[in-house]
Amino acid sequence: MDRRHLLTTGAALGAASTLALPTRLLAAGAPLKVGVLLPRSGVQAGIGQDCQRGVDIAAPILKSLGLPDLEIMNGDTESKVEIARSTAEKLIGAGAQLLIGAFDSGQTTAIAQVAEQKGVPLVINIAAAPQITEQGYKFVFRNFPTAGTILSNAFEQQKAVFAQVGHAPKSVVFMHVNDTFGTAMAGGIGKVMPKFDMPYKIVETIAYDPAARDLSVEIAKAKATGAEALLCVSRLNDAILLTREMIKQRWTPQAVLSMGPGWYEDQYLKTLGKYSDGPLTFSPWYDPKKKLSQTLVAALAKKHPNVNLNTNHVFTFEALLIAADAYKRAGSADPKALAEAIRKTNITDNSSMGPGIMFNAKGQNDKVVDGTVQNVGGKQVVVQPEASATAKAIWPLPAYDKRG
Amino acid sequence: MMSRIIESASPRALALLAIVTAVLIAAPSFVNNYVLSVLIIVLYFAYVGQAWNLMLGFAGQLSLGHALFVSLGAYTSAALFIKFGVSPVVGVFAAIAVAVVAGCLIGYLGFRFSIRGVYFALLTIAFAEFTGIIVDHISWLGASSGLFLPVKNLQSNDIVNLRGSPTMFYYVILTLTGLALALCSWLLNSKLGLYWQAIREDQEAAEASGVPLFRYKMIAVAISSGLTGVGGVWYAFYYNNLFPETMFKTSQSVEIILGSVVGGVGSLFGPVLGAFVLTPLGEALTAATEGMHVDGVKSFFWGLCVAAIVLFRPQGLWPWLYDLLGLGPKREGKKP
Amino acid sequence: MQGRSLAFSGSHVSAQLYLNVAVSGLLTGLIYGLSALGLSVIFGVIRIVNFAHGEMMVLGMFATLVLFRALGIDPLLSLPLVAAALFAFGYVLQDLVVRRVAHLADHMQFLLMAAVAVMLISVCLMMFGPDAQGAQVSYGFDSFAIGPLLVDKVRVYAGVAALIVSGLLFAFFHYTLTGKAIRACGDNYTGARVVGLNVRRLYALTFGIGTACLGAAGAIMLLLVDVHPYLGPSYTLLAFIIVIIGGMGSLPGALLGGMLIGISEALAGVILQPSLKSAFSFGLLILVLLVRPQGLLGKVAR
Repeated sequence: MDRRHLLTTGAALGAASTLALPTRLLAAGAPLKVGVLLPRSGVQAGIGQDCQRGVDIAAPILKSLGLPDLEIMNGDTESKVEIARSTAEKLIGAGAQLLIGAFDSGQTTAIAQVAEQKGVPLVINIAAAPQITEQGYKFVFRNFPTAGTILSNAFEQQKAVFAQVGHAPKSVVFMHVNDTFGTAMAGGIGKVMPKFDMPYKIVETIAYDPAARDLSVEIAKAKATGAEALLCVSRLNDAILLTREMIKQRWTPQAVLSMGPGWYEDQYLKTLGKYSDGPLTFSPWYDPKKKLSQTLVAALAKKHPNVNLNTNHVFTFEALLIAADAYKRAGSADPKALAEAIRKTNITDNSSMGPGIMFNAKGQNDKVVDGTVQNVGGKQVVVQPEASATAKAIWPLPAYDKRG
Repeated sequence: MMSRIIESASPRALALLAIVTAVLIAAPSFVNNYVLSVLIIVLYFAYVGQAWNLMLGFAGQLSLGHALFVSLGAYTSAALFIKFGVSPVVGVFAAIAVAVVAGCLIGYLGFRFSIRGVYFALLTIAFAEFTGIIVDHISWLGASSGLFLPVKNLQSNDIVNLRGSPTMFYYVILTLTGLALALCSWLLNSKLGLYWQAIREDQEAAEASGVPLFRYKMIAVAISSGLTGVGGVWYAFYYNNLFPETMFKTSQSVEIILGSVVGGVGSLFGPVLGAFVLTPLGEALTAATEGMHVDGVKSFFWGLCVAAIVLFRPQGLWPWLYDLLGLGPKREGKKP
Repeated sequence: MQGRSLAFSGSHVSAQLYLNVAVSGLLTGLIYGLSALGLSVIFGVIRIVNFAHGEMMVLGMFATLVLFRALGIDPLLSLPLVAAALFAFGYVLQDLVVRRVAHLADHMQFLLMAAVAVMLISVCLMMFGPDAQGAQVSYGFDSFAIGPLLVDKVRVYAGVAALIVSGLLFAFFHYTLTGKAIRACGDNYTGARVVGLNVRRLYALTFGIGTACLGAAGAIMLLLVDVHPYLGPSYTLLAFIIVIIGGMGSLPGALLGGMLIGISEALAGVILQPSLKSAFSFGLLILVLLVRPQGLLGKVAR
């Protein structure tokens, strides 16, 4: 879609739409204007651009599902809260009838406020801070689990994996990155873990700097605890650093149990090659047995042959799916009608794990669950939950110094 | 120098000031929401830039850690509001107190140990980053999960609790910017201002003639950090979430000072002009480069523009504009 | 404070852990020191603070990556090439741009270098994309075992390379005519002009040497860290801390500062919570600024 064209027509419409003229007039077969806000430059550029791939493949798939067209208006938040907010205003001013974004919790909060004030629905693709859907917003929806849900699911599935392989570690060392997500997870662990009667004890918690240049000390410390397994919440760069240090310091724990991004990402697999195999990740993921997932895999393979489908693509795509589906059912682009339609969403043939996409009164999809993903032969393989699994988990983690 | 501007304010300058003020007051009634949101950012940077300018322009100390004062103000008022229900109208005084104490501590160390120039700048960076890492570990303040203000009452404006529409926040920050300008211009024309000028023109001569350097510099630092803290209160209630990993960062401090430096350090209207140039420049470049579909190209041109300003208008834009519009006697070329 | 995160972990630590961590910290510190040398040289002579320091090193890392990917050259072997390229970059930058702001106030110089940094980041983002990328060498995962001590091979090579480059630099400044002339410029600008030194050329040379150090450091660093466009700022801050602690303008000071920071951050990571270790460095910086602002090996301010 030509953004220039959009902006010129948008500029004329912009003034009108901000005066809240009936946007209903725009409907009648016209595509829904969706503003997509992602951090495509700035420190989060990597993830923002990755999410964008989920947008790139969307149009033909939505069409094949018999859903109405979307007119995508891209906005770059530059990884900054201030820009996220003003870009949201800008897209709405240029006629956006629905917003999608924005990966980062801070930026998403800023956008949510604009969406709520203007009465334009916002469908959050990714952002795990629980507070966002606790504000009583009427126009904000999130099809992504909160930190608490990710954690509960992770423990549940760990136990399932332990049962599957007939072995469980007795002690773990918990390492987490000290950023928004990592701290939310670490904070929740004390409350959530006792509920699950886990077979292991956390012998030590090690928090490290998200901008760490070097994690050798952290691994030395973790190794010295003598824990059987490594439980962690990481990002991509630190997951790679941690792995390198484990290899160099000749430490292969029984398992790496990751409850966040990093360990299953393409970049991790590419960078570490044979050393990338083995870690188990408990995180929102796509269900490989769902039809839509297979469609997405094929579409992505065509557009970006070197990229494997991942959480970023799937949840960004699903946000668009929610938008198109609601637009079809609402039969109009009126924001109230759209929001009402989104609230009644019931998509069961989606791609992410769990029964499907449906929102509770707070606008949160509390049904979406984690998948357990293991890297096997440079691919991400789902090993839990049982119904979605395509293979059994490999246990223990193959020794790093015996990988040919 | 600043007082000279005011004293020598030509009718043309006063007319311009009146027009700009009138346009800004009327702006919410004729601009769309997007322009309003950009204006809000512009005014915020004009305000904190003005506050920062006091420190370099009048105390002669280059601070690259002003994000500290914004963050302290923001965290203090937000914590009081969230934890104890204290209205920001009251909380702002606590915010000022905390920011001033921090400012005075850094200023005191700087002056007492004669840490100047780049070294002082690094001292401010160190304090800001250090505090950021500590706040990152205080779970009572949300640690790195962030501190969220409850967002309610969005339809009606509640000025006492600073909950309301962007228009309300616009008028609040416009008022703050106006007051900061008035305060600075008043200060400069007061006895204090004369001392500051004397110190700036020739520190040793001023000291020799009995100007208590330390006291007057500390006053400038205190006012600067306190004003910046107030900006933080506004920031907290406008954006409603605070994360130490972004708030205290040097990059945040740099954003605060960019406008002032581009506009012209040590001049009354420089920070305001700088903010009015830089933020719209960013937005214009975004619009201009959108068609290229290359992420990052916008920042490249942004950097190029800023570098060009340094190379071709090394005194900042204000002195140049001042001469261009004939707002008073010629000044460019003179040492600021 | 989160009670858990501050808990001392005394029961687990052993002499062996401390030893391993200290050696690794020392080696990493040598590389930090080399990168800080670049900042120190430029400030010591030209009196300009290079706020685009980290970004220039990132440029060096990307250059090394390109050589590794395209021609399969080991980062340590491409070090001279990258250093030469960065030298040219620095020379031209000083002569065309930075020279023009030499007489301006600190904040204007800062603004210019910040703008250069923004442009460098953008260029890297446009050319290489946002993802972190590394050079995987065959010895990348090896380590030497000396008794209970496990030393990372890459860090040993990197540390040795850092020492060699620093040694060459030291020799250049002390035993060559040009090096001595540059030092003369730094010590006494007017004097240098009076005796007829071509200050403009010497300044450009100095800036080039400073950025060449960054190129060398970048090439070595790529063995340890994956590069991405936004890596720069944290290294800029780190280099400042090191140079202030060691003494602005002092070459041995930069190396010493690097090693000190390397070891103390490593030990702080063991004793305290690792996420607090940069707070430790910033605290150290504040202390040095107050107690000994000229740094450990710096000369007393003129």
